[in-house]
Amino acid sequence: MTTPKPRVALFVTCLVDFFRPTVGFSAVKLLEDAGCDVSVPAGQTCCGQPAYNSGDRAGARALAEQVIALFEGFDHVVIPSGSCAGMVKTHYPDLFSGEPNWRLRAEALADKTHELTSFLVDVLGVAPLPATWEGTATYHDSCSGLRELGVKDQPRRLLSAVDGLAIKEMRDPEACCGFGGAFCVKYDEISNAIVERKVADVRSTGAELLLAGDLGCLLNIAGKLRREGSSVEVRHVAEVLAGMANGPAIGETRK
Amino acid sequence: MSGGLTSLSFPKNAHAALANPPLLKAIAHIEETLVSGRRRATEALPEFEALRDAGRDIKAHTLAHLDLYLEAFERKVMEAGGFVHWAADAADANRIILDICQKAGARRVTKGKSMITEEVGLNAYLQANGIAPVETDLGEYIIQLRGETPSHIIAPAVHVNKEQVAADFRRVHTDLDPKRNLEEPTSLLAEARGVLRESFLSADVGITGANFLVAETGSTVIVTNEGNGDLTQILPKTHIVLASIEKVVPTLEDVATIMRLLARSATGQEMSVYTTFSTGPRRPGDPDGPEAFHVVLLDNGRSAMLGSEFEDMLRCIRCGACINHCPVYRSIGGHAYGSVYPGPMGSVLTPSLQGLEKSAHLANASTLCGRCESVCPMRIPLPKMLRHWREKEFERHLTPKKARFGLAAWRFLATRPRLYGLATRFGAWGLARLAGRDGALRQVPLAGGWTRWRDLPAPEGGTFRTEWAKRGRK
Repeated sequence: MTTPKPRVALFVTCLVDFFRPTVGFSAVKLLEDAGCDVSVPAGQTCCGQPAYNSGDRAGARALAEQVIALFEGFDHVVIPSGSCAGMVKTHYPDLFSGEPNWRLRAEALADKTHELTSFLVDVLGVAPLPATWEGTATYHDSCSGLRELGVKDQPRRLLSAVDGLAIKEMRDPEACCGFGGAFCVKYDEISNAIVERKVADVRSTGAELLLAGDLGCLLNIAGKLRREGSSVEVRHVAEVLAGMANGPAIGETRK
Repeated sequence: MSGGLTSLSFPKNAHAALANPPLLKAIAHIEETLVSGRRRATEALPEFEALRDAGRDIKAHTLAHLDLYLEAFERKVMEAGGFVHWAADAADANRIILDICQKAGARRVTKGKSMITEEVGLNAYLQANGIAPVETDLGEYIIQLRGETPSHIIAPAVHVNKEQVAADFRRVHTDLDPKRNLEEPTSLLAEARGVLRESFLSADVGITGANFLVAETGSTVIVTNEGNGDLTQILPKTHIVLASIEKVVPTLEDVATIMRLLARSATGQEMSVYTTFSTGPRRPGDPDGPEAFHVVLLDNGRSAMLGSEFEDMLRCIRCGACINHCPVYRSIGGHAYGSVYPGPMGSVLTPSLQGLEKSAHLANASTLCGRCESVCPMRIPLPKMLRHWREKEFERHLTPKKARFGLAAWRFLATRPRLYGLATRFGAWGLARLAGRDGALRQVPLAGGWTRWRDLPAPEGGTFRTEWAKRGRK
């Protein structure tokens, strides 16, 4: 008798849906290769982070309720973003204090929600099918994934199995990139000063590829590298792991 | 206030700071001094994380019984022959201190480094009443000469370089040889010591803050690296301690526990160079010490934080680790915040002290990266509390109209998946077309804050949901 495949719902996130479908397809491939039965529930939009971080609790709740109703029926929910996974895992239960019913549902969802690389390593414990990427990469630890969910070794462990890929660490891979959601346009000048330092750190490694697990950070860093005329490629870690890093990188000119 | 800057003009202040290369160069040093210092010191102490738990628990326990411990402290101070004064707000504290100084016939007072005297604006108040305060901490002395406020809670002159200090010394110390060599930090230090020595000896009153108040013994504790605090509190006939109420801890043992966290978190030292306990005035037979010992206990909004979502902030021991590790502070320095306390701890505390209306921007000027919380020795959930302030702003309609509109529009769209699908499909297609083969956009309508500094990577074309549906998947 074979054990039934775990039923996994992928929450692609609003940024991946809009900017970088390749990340979503990479996540699907990684999960299916790992033996999961993957669904992408229709009707998914945003996890509510913009509202939550702007003090709009009611707005955040409205979206949290939508996400809970849509995803609670699956064995696992996987998100290719540390900050969206952090929102569901650490902040959803807080949104429903004083409402035991919703709170229980929020907690149940939080328990089975995982950031992509930590799901592959910590929950499934499987090695992805071998992928190849020739060159040197550096890895940016996105803040929420790192500090809310403890995502640090998982992506590095997965990357160490990629053929031809060497990791060269930044001086301070855990430093914020300055994105911060609305912060990057509200206090754009400060955000720029922060991403300038991040990009200088990226460039000083000499790596040809910058990877991270959050599209917000990646858009910010890629946008800055582009503006500076750098040729460093920027990609979501899932693209390289899934062997889907052959199209144009984030912000890269199409050939 | 910091040189007249207020929190209301934060973006402007930040803009000015970012256009000030000497300032940026000076604050860049925080990385190789304070940040690496902390890293080395904490990595060398295996029990550091356990100590953080212990420190948090001591403070949390004390705050839960604050009235009890403050009254115990008061009793012990009086038993030792000292006086305790209760100040509800800054005006109260200033009045009480002025009164003590006037009764002592004071003309000149020396001061140890104290953020709490900055909070109440003591120097200006004393000056206006004919008493000359002299700062004796080197950093504080420098900024006093410059007419500035501290830009950092433990390194008040971190924004100043040594050339600026040399110029200030030449401008103020006019009785010294104008041709003297002031190129080396050691010669600056020697000059400050010489000048300050006279102040120490001629001061009528010494005023210090306190890092701890010990309920068990009625002692006040200060930590310094220069010994100036000791000379401030031992030489004059009167010693006044101004401390806020949350500084109290139950026992000397508790001080010892938290002391192991304080200097490591602040500067990376195992201990500060001087740690001084003051218990009452000089006793018969004591070789030195003040004849009168006063403790002024300041509330200034703190008791209202008890039992609120901001109570955890009262665990703060003012080490400055959150400030040193904050990407925003590291970009603009402390004065831009326009508040007495800068950085994450300042942005949480300031609205409690001066009201949310006057603190606009502070809670928002953070990426919520969480590094502050990860280094806080007292495990204060700073990002969570910044978010609480944002919620209060939103509830009170202090959030700017444009932002409220944006949030309402996003909620409208994101709770209507079909409409959302259509809008995002159209948007992604449009932006991809606009970018053409370029892959990124240098200018995008309504996204000036983004494209002023960086390109906007273009969407790939179709949204994930449309591409997924095309493949007949669910």
